[in-house]
Amino acid sequence: MKFRSVFDIIGPVMIGPSSSHTAGAARIGRVARTLFGRQPEWARVHLYGSFAETYKGHGTDVAIIGGLLDYDTFDERIKSAFADAEKLGMTFEFIPEAEEAVHPNTARLVIGDSQGVMELTGISIGGGTMEVVELNGFPLRLSGHYPALLIVHNDRSGVIANVSNAIAKLDINIAHMEVDRKEKGEMALMVIEVDQMIDAALINELESLPNVTQVSTLAN
Amino acid sequence: MDVLFSNVKELVALAESQNKPISEIMIEQEVLMTKRTREEIIAQMDNNLTVMEKAVERGLQGVHSASGLTGGDAVLIQKYMATGKSLCGDVVMDAVSKAVATNEVNAAMGTICATPTAGAAGIVPGTLFAVKNKLNPTREQMINYLFTSGAFGFVVANNASISGAAGGCQAETGSAGSMAAAAIVEMAGGTPQQSAEAFSIVMKNMLGLVCDPVAGLVEVPCVKRNAMGAAKALVGADMALAGVVSRIPTDEVIEAMHKIGKSMPSALRETAKGGLAATPTGKALEAKIFGKGKVDSDAVNS
Repeated sequence: MKFRSVFDIIGPVMIGPSSSHTAGAARIGRVARTLFGRQPEWARVHLYGSFAETYKGHGTDVAIIGGLLDYDTFDERIKSAFADAEKLGMTFEFIPEAEEAVHPNTARLVIGDSQGVMELTGISIGGGTMEVVELNGFPLRLSGHYPALLIVHNDRSGVIANVSNAIAKLDINIAHMEVDRKEKGEMALMVIEVDQMIDAALINELESLPNVTQVSTLAN
Repeated sequence: MDVLFSNVKELVALAESQNKPISEIMIEQEVLMTKRTREEIIAQMDNNLTVMEKAVERGLQGVHSASGLTGGDAVLIQKYMATGKSLCGDVVMDAVSKAVATNEVNAAMGTICATPTAGAAGIVPGTLFAVKNKLNPTREQMINYLFTSGAFGFVVANNASISGAAGGCQAETGSAGSMAAAAIVEMAGGTPQQSAEAFSIVMKNMLGLVCDPVAGLVEVPCVKRNAMGAAKALVGADMALAGVVSRIPTDEVIEAMHKIGKSMPSALRETAKGGLAATPTGKALEAKIFGKGKVDSDAVNS
């Protein structure tokens, strides 16, 4: 089921004019910001399909920047997101792409600061609902419906078992899990959607596990 | 299995066998799927209803979009109704004006509640606040109206699409008008099956509707399509309450909508490249607003 809640249909409460092009776009930006873990200093946003054709008229651009500033879909400040970003010294550019994407409403965000760079591809599937389909080169399917853990780690035996043991100890149920790696033995990514909220203690424990390099969370 | 229904047939069967309204089945499914309490869920819908009320109030005072393409029509329609000369009658024209009001607020980057999308956000509240004057519902019944709309929208979203870019305007104002028709039937005392018939009757008459926003803005023809969607919702609901049935079952109508959407060329799916957007006047408006099609987003976002 792509849509799980009645509030995906009657909702979100949002700033107009388009749920898929404004609210969905804001959510993609906000997820990127959350996973990056801090305010990015710059953003390069590639737009595909209908996003590329109509982003100015739909406010897709201001919505994505609003999301990167951590604004929710109904935050009145979305309208002033460009000016707000400039005040923070954040630079950004939008690049409409001609090539066809997997989904007609696709945005690929490359964001960064002096500490690092992150690349995320999101699709807006209608009514303000979005999915993350790629993160730093890893294909994935992250809906934002459930609290999620994203764990970057070295591809070694036992890491997955250690992580799932730590989660099981807290009596947290795993709803969905994906594991992928760039090359055998190289950097790998675990995406774990769980039923319960994730607390700081679990994140600390996961971060302390051998071969785990980074833990990010996404609350629903 | 954590879902009570995944199509309209199952939804109606559940409501009939348990002797419950469709809104109640939707609330129960929401509790089951999100693990939130019934009180939290109803409170959130109550909040959405308040957002809708405020948007209608604001639109009826007269708002205009930054582009200047839309605004003020809700006020015109209300003034016309006050002359007592309306041919359709006050309920239909009240719904039309309130749908327009909401969508004019949306076009002006105001706060709205997507139902099921922002571009189609006028129809469900527009019809609700118009039939409110006729049926005098309680606050609870008004909230239930939104759950019933949501139940049908849930089926469409999961089995077809509610996105103009994926399925054309039939997926947006088509879904919204059909959802509203089903909810009107429940509020007016019709059966769950009659809600499904109303949904089908309206959706069948929205099939093939393209998404062709002039200049890529959610303004022309979106605002007027919300107006007509609201009118169709009321007519479809009345037909179903009269006992008219759809020869094609609701789930098959939804499937037809999905297939039509997939076979539409991309020029007619929210790319602003075809239909009304590609007319000489549509192109001229785009050039006037954005200057040769290229852009100054301050014009839209200021």
